[in-house]
Parts: sequence; structure tokens; C-alpha cells
Amino acid sequence: MNLASFPSAEAAVGIGLAWLALGAFSLLESERARFVARGVFPLSALVSFALAALALRTLGDPADTLTLPLGLPDLPFHVRLDGLSAFFLCLLGVCSFGITLYASDYFRSESVQKLRLLSLQYHWFLASMTFVLLADDAYMFMVAWEAMALSSYFLVVTEHRQGTIRRAAFIYLLIAHIGALSILLCFGVLHEAGVEAYSFDALRQAQLTPFWASVAFLLALVGFGAKAGMMPLHVWLPDAHPAAPSPVSALMSGVMLKTAIYGLVRVVFDLIGSPMWQWGLLVAGMGATTALFGILYALQQNDLKRLLAYSSVENIGIILVGLGLAMIFFGSGHPEAGALGLIGAFYHCLNHGAYKSLLFLGAGTVLRSTGMRNLNEMGGLIHRMPQVAGYFLVGSLAISALPPLNGFVSEWLMLQTALQAGQLDNGVLRSLVPLLAAMLALAAALTARCFVKAFGIAFLGQPRGVVSEHAHGHGEEDASLFERLGMAWLAVWCLVLGVFPSTVVGLLNQVSLSVAGAGLPPSALEAGVLWLVPSTQARASYGPIVFLLVIAVVVLITYVTVRVCFHGRLRRAPPWDCGFPEQTARMQDSSEGFGQSIRVIFAPIFRIAQRVPNPEDAQPKFELRVEDKHWHGFYLPIARAVEYLSARIGKLQQGRISTYLLYSFVTLIALLVFVR
Amino acid sequence: MDAAGIAFQILQSVFVVLAAPALLGWVNQCRAWLQNRKGPGILRPYFLLWRLFHKEAVVAHNASALFRATPYVLFGCMWLAAGIVPVLATDLPFAFAADIIALVGIFALARVFISLAAMDIGTAFGGIGARREMLIGFLAEPAMLMTLFTAAFLSGSTALTTIVETLAHREFAIHPGLACAAVAFLMVLLAENARIPVDNPTTHLELTMIHEALILEYSARHLALVEWAAAIKLFAYMTIGIALFVPWGIAEGSDWLGLPLAVAAAAAKLALAGAGLAVLETVSAKFRVFRAPEFLSTAFLLAVLGMLVHFLTDV
Repeated sequence: MNLASFPSAEAAVGIGLAWLALGAFSLLESERARFVARGVFPLSALVSFALAALALRTLGDPADTLTLPLGLPDLPFHVRLDGLSAFFLCLLGVCSFGITLYASDYFRSESVQKLRLLSLQYHWFLASMTFVLLADDAYMFMVAWEAMALSSYFLVVTEHRQGTIRRAAFIYLLIAHIGALSILLCFGVLHEAGVEAYSFDALRQAQLTPFWASVAFLLALVGFGAKAGMMPLHVWLPDAHPAAPSPVSALMSGVMLKTAIYGLVRVVFDLIGSPMWQWGLLVAGMGATTALFGILYALQQNDLKRLLAYSSVENIGIILVGLGLAMIFFGSGHPEAGALGLIGAFYHCLNHGAYKSLLFLGAGTVLRSTGMRNLNEMGGLIHRMPQVAGYFLVGSLAISALPPLNGFVSEWLMLQTALQAGQLDNGVLRSLVPLLAAMLALAAALTARCFVKAFGIAFLGQPRGVVSEHAHGHGEEDASLFERLGMAWLAVWCLVLGVFPSTVVGLLNQVSLSVAGAGLPPSALEAGVLWLVPSTQARASYGPIVFLLVIAVVVLITYVTVRVCFHGRLRRAPPWDCGFPEQTARMQDSSEGFGQSIRVIFAPIFRIAQRVPNPEDAQPKFELRVEDKHWHGFYLPIARAVEYLSARIGKLQQGRISTYLLYSFVTLIALLVFVR
Repeated sequence: MDAAGIAFQILQSVFVVLAAPALLGWVNQCRAWLQNRKGPGILRPYFLLWRLFHKEAVVAHNASALFRATPYVLFGCMWLAAGIVPVLATDLPFAFAADIIALVGIFALARVFISLAAMDIGTAFGGIGARREMLIGFLAEPAMLMTLFTAAFLSGSTALTTIVETLAHREFAIHPGLACAAVAFLMVLLAENARIPVDNPTTHLELTMIHEALILEYSARHLALVEWAAAIKLFAYMTIGIALFVPWGIAEGSDWLGLPLAVAAAAAKLALAGAGLAVLETVSAKFRVFRAPEFLSTAFLLAVLGMLVHFLTDV
């Protein structure tokens, strides 16, 4: 087939429509729940795979555009598949393939009624994300964006009988709409007076003064930041993500947050075109704060899914640091270093999609099989569900940025970007950029602590509580076949992205070229598949294949030598009880215990309510509540102010017709005076 | 990547693995002398390892595969680290596979595994050890990275071999950024290798120990590997310090003639560093665990300061 004439945009739209059709179909197919789980979801996984393949193939191609005969009479939908869209579509395809496979088993035991709706919302959610990534005009973008927000809202309220979940979903919807409003205003600012069409092409051509460009950038940052979970707009995230069913949490964390990153990149690098370094500093600063606060809050969580959600906030922060670095370098005229930052940010998007989806799926199987989501009830799950434990361990190691898995590569790329600070002419920037590197390193080290806690408390040690009776699901202890397949797919990606970074960076370089017009220097791309090199090999290089090979060989040599030279005798015995035989499983370290030192060191950033019993207490009880300060420090004051104002304004409303007539009369007089 | 380079690489890795317990023995011997004891001799750690390897391994009933695999992973990680750090020569073909960031990553990998293994049995000590180890780790790791970044900014590279080559050709002058980094590095070294004042390698006092609490459930060959890995870690840290702050005398390129001199120089520098560590451990007392974050955040801030000083003085 001739590559140039391949209708890639049509194919991508077709994939979106296929998802819409699958969703509608499962609503009609009302009687057979098993058919929906076993037929529709695997089919949808195939669609995901097709999307990933299509996007990967068109990654380096020139943009393909298409005008759909849909939309309003004078406002047709424009579609465009360029490098940036293709990359994020690829991410969507890769992650949703694993998640959907998993979902086909996970949702198997749901009731027919629920499953029909779930399948409809789930597939429309996928389709709306596809259209967000494909949209080439503000109108279609906003329609798809809202469809995405609404379909995910309905997915979050799946368990709508619980009040906390309804509340979480409401806050999600509220912040999603504040964000959407901001994005709409941003498009309005970008839109040049006199030009009718809101197509992205028209927005690209608009000439903006630095002031209006900055206004547009700030609106975009608020709008997309609200969707991505940037502090302080993140409050919906730790409530909404855990509330949704686990595959949906995976999809929201792994993929939906990235559409916001896509939007930000699209607006800043493509529509506005030339980022200023001051914006980069703002984005990187917000990102670094988000990353640190996110992981510190994650460390205080006892609910496994909530912990993962806060860790998503942290990862979004890291991505924002990468984007900010890219904007700083592009804005001060160092496109090669800027491209490195952009590639690092993209790489982290991909990585986070893979490992966070994996972790959410793992947490999902634990929840399905045992009914537990509180870490303090878990323990010893590695014996009950070794498969899930294995996949969760891979995810934990990957997210902790440990070589040779994928999290380390993006961390490495961003640190390398920060190390290019010497090129910058501005002295302030030159000393601030390394500070960002320090914050990144701190966040990464804290992540390792956080996931040692998550994995160690949940899967290792002895069971802390009794497995609850109301554990739902289909009776299998460990992950079932499709669940395993879904997780294995994502785990393989964690490894592949970690071991073949130079191939991935080569592809991302094309994305960077297409969106920002600059790529890595040629010396970086010629190093071959073994070596990942940001500029030249003398400067820096990382060879994960060699790394993996050497560590495997060394471990093997050690193992064989020990076995051959000595012996392999092993005796099982009870663990040492320190001379105190009355030990119970509840004497293990708890989730709060693991967070204690963090709580003490970083006390000012938490809102801690703690009650320590004294020796005289007849019924000693330790209570601890750690809350997000943003809620009390930022949102509640705003809510109170709104309530206060509305109470004042409400005084106007008295219910007496004569008063209202008086208002009309006064208004009329005022209009007559001021408007001629 | 030529044959001579690979020969150097293998030679150095084997040398480090075999010599590491001797350094530990030397530190213990020096400390014994300073404390007016006779001391067990430099070769004592080798006898200990030999004895442990011959014993029958005792493992708790509920230990998972992770627990048994960890000593090997740990040993592999440390061996890998030993292969990257230029001890005798700078022509290490393998060093391109992992730069300073990856080096910190390897130590982090080892730390995560040993912490997880400690939590595997589910005893109170294991959990507390893991928690404390990760507390040390999350502060020491970025501090270490910042220290290395200072050197990286000075030499314009994150490859350890390039850094060492650049620094070895520098004129002898105390660079203020590097001086801050050196102090920070020393603090990190003490914390990461479970030395006084952060941890006491000779105690089993439950309220204070970190390293010993982590490995409490290990025995026989598993314990031997863990202890050996700890010895290699100390060795690697000392050689990193030497490579960064006193790199003179190292063999550059595949210089077979320079090798004996390089071995002598490395041995002399390590002996001096080991003796220094013993003095430091004798004259200072152990902190309470709660003071460790303070100690390490000082190290972190010093390292960041060192990095910034570099930018201020380098304009």
C-alpha cells in the first residue's frame, strides 16, 4: 500500500466511531451480560490495538487533515492527525488495550443492567478521548472534551448509592467545568478578531501581542491544569479516581490526564507557537510543587487506590517540570535542550500510562478478590495472589524510577535536560534550573519510599485482618486469565520502554520535530539501539540493554558459584520472636507508621488531627487524620465567600411583587440615564 | 570497545569484589587500635564469609521468593556499581552503560529490594528497619545526586570516567563548590553505609539499629551475600569519593604500565580513607534516629549549595 495515500485520519475517525458503535451496541444487547463482557470488551481491545498500530505508523508522517460533514451548519468538524496527535493516540491505544482486556474479566460478574451502562460509558469515554486528540478546531475540541468529562463523570458515579462517591463525582464535574470554561476563554483569546473560523489553523495564524499570548497561556494552564490535577486544582483527583471501578481508574489516571498534557502542548507549542521562558519557569515551578506535594500526600494515604491517585498528581507534576524545562530552553533559544525536555515529558507520559494503569489494575484485583482497599487490613497477599504481586512489583519498581525499568529513563532524560543549564545566559535561570533537578531527585526518592510502603504493607508480611465476607467477584483468588493478560501487556511495556529507550526516543524526536520544529542533535540519534545519548556519548549515555545483561549475568554467576562451591541446604523455621512469643500480625508496621517520619519532617504541609491515648485511658484508642490542606486553605474560603455573597444578593429576593416592580422601575430609569 | 578495555573492566570488577571485605577489615582493625583493643585482623571478614557460606540457611516459614532472591539481586547491584566506578583505570567500556544518575539508581534498586525483603517476614523489626532505611534513602539519594551533579557541571559530563579524567587534569585548587560537595558526600557516605553517627554497625540494640534490623532474618549464604554486598558498597562509595575529590594517580586509557602504580595509589588512598573513617567513628557518637533527617537534609542542602556556588563562581 502506498504510504502517502493511506487515509490515516479517516482510519482514526473510524476507530473513534467503532468505539461509539460498540458502546451503543452493548446498550441494545440487553439480555446477555456475559456476551457484553466476553464479546464487546475483547472486540474493543482489538480496536485499541488497531489504534496503537495506526498511530505508531503515522507518527513520522506529515499531518493528514479531514473535514467531517458533522457539526453545525457553518461550523464543520475538522480532524487532523499529526505527530503530536499520533503519539497521544498511540498512548491511548497501548494503555486501553491492556485495560480493556482486563476489564472484560473484571466486569464479568456485574449485573446486566450495570454492565450495559458501564460498557456504553466506557466506550464513549474512549471515543471522546480519541476525538479530543484528533480535533482540529476549537468547536470539535470542546465538544469532545465535554463528552470526555461527562462520560467519565458517569463512570465515576457507577456506585452511586454511596454518598461519598456522589460527592467525589460532583466535585470532579465542577472542577472539570471550571477548567473547560478556562479553555474556552483561552480559545477566545487566541481567536483573532475578524476571522470567522475557529479552526486551529486560523488560531495558529493569529498574531498575538506578548500580553495576550501570556493571557492565553495562563488560561490554558488553568484549564488543562485542572484536568491534569495540577496543584491546587488537584482536589477532585484523589476522590474521583478511587471512586471509579478499577479499570476506569486506570483509564482516567493512565490516559485521561495525558489528554490535558496534550492540550497544553498543543496550545503552547502549536497554537501560540513560541513559548516564553517566563511561562516555562511558571510551569516548571508549579510542576515541581505538584510533584513534591503529590508524593508527600501519597505517603500519608491508607487507601491503596487513593495512594495511587495522589501518586498520579505527582507524576503529572514531573511531566509539567519536563514541559517547563522545554519551554525555558525553547524560550531562551536553545532548541536542542528544549527538544530533550519535551521528549522527556512525552516519555514520562507514556511511562506513567503504562505503570499507573498496571498498578490500578493490580489494586483492582486485590479489591475484587478480597474486598480490601485499606492497606492496614492487607498483608501477605503475595502468598494469596502471587501473580498480582508480581505485576504490582514490576509497576512499583518502574514508578520508583529504578533502572532498568521505564520510569528511570524519563527521569534520566529530565535530569539530563536540567543539566544543560550551563547553556543558559540568564544567571537566575541558570541557578533555578538545577534546583528543579534537585526537586525531581527528591520526588523520585520519595516515590521509592511510597511504593516500598504500598507493596510492602499490602503484599508482604503477614495478613493483618480477616478477608472480608462481602468480597465480590467471580470467586477466583488470584487474577483470572484476561486480567493477567491485561496486566502482562502493561508490564511488558514497562520493561520494553525501559530497555529500548533509544528507539522510543527516536520516535519521540519526530514528534518533537513536528510540534516544536526542533529535535535532538544528530550525534544523539546515531549512537545506535544500545545507547541512549542526549547529545554526545562523552557527555552522557545510558545503555539499559548492557545494564540488564550485566546484572543478569552477574546474578547468575553469583548464584551458580554459591551453589557449586558450597551447598543449597535450606531449613524452614519460625521467624525470630526476640524472646517474646506473644506476637500477632497486628504488631507489624502499619501504613500510618510508614508515613510517620514524613509526617514529622514535613508537618507544616499537612493538616493533622491526632489523638494519642494516655496511660490512664480505660479504652485507649489512637486516632489520626491527615488531610489535604488545600481543601481547607483554598477551596473552603472560596466556598464561604460565594455563600456569603449569595446570601447578600439573596436579600434582593423577597417574593413581593411590588418590590420586583420597583426593581424593574429603577433598572428602567438607570438604563434611560446611562444608555442613550 | 576493545579487548584491552574489556580486560581492564573485568580485572577491576573482580579486584573490587575481592578486595572489599579487606577494606571493612581494615576499618574495624583501625577502630580497634584507636579504642586500645588488639583487633581481629584485616582478614577477619573473609573468615566470616567463609563460615557463613558453609552454614545451613534458615528461612522463616512465610518467606516468599522475594526474600530468597534479594541477596543475589543485592550482590549483583553492588557488583555492577563496582564495575562503573573508576578505581584503577578510566578506560572502562562498561561505564558508558551507566552514568552517575544510573549509579544512584543502582543503589536505590538495592535499597528498595533489601527494604522489601525486610518486610517480607512480617516481624516488627523488619518493618521498622525498612521504614528507617527508606527514611535515610529518600534524603541521602538526592543529596548524593546533587553532589555528583556538582562534579558533572564542572566537567560537562555525567559519565563517571569523563568526570574523573577532567578532574584529574585540573590544577590542584580547592574549588568552593566541590568543597561543599565533598562535605555533603562524606555525610551521605556515613549514612548510606550505616556508619556512626547515623547507624552503628556493631550494635544489635533494637531501638537504634537500621542495617541490622533489615537483615535480622537472614542467615548463612544469604547473610554472607548481604554482608559482602555491604562491604562492596562501602568500597564503592569510598572509591567514588576518591575518584571525585582526589583522582590523581589513576591509570588513563589502557595503560598496562601504569597499572601497578594505580593499584598502589588506590590502596594507599583507600587505607588512608579507611583510617579516617575509623577516626571519625571513634570520636563521634551515634545520633538518635530522629536526628538523622536533620543530618541528611543538611547534606542535601550543602550539596545543592555546592552546585549553586559552582554557577556563581563560574561566570
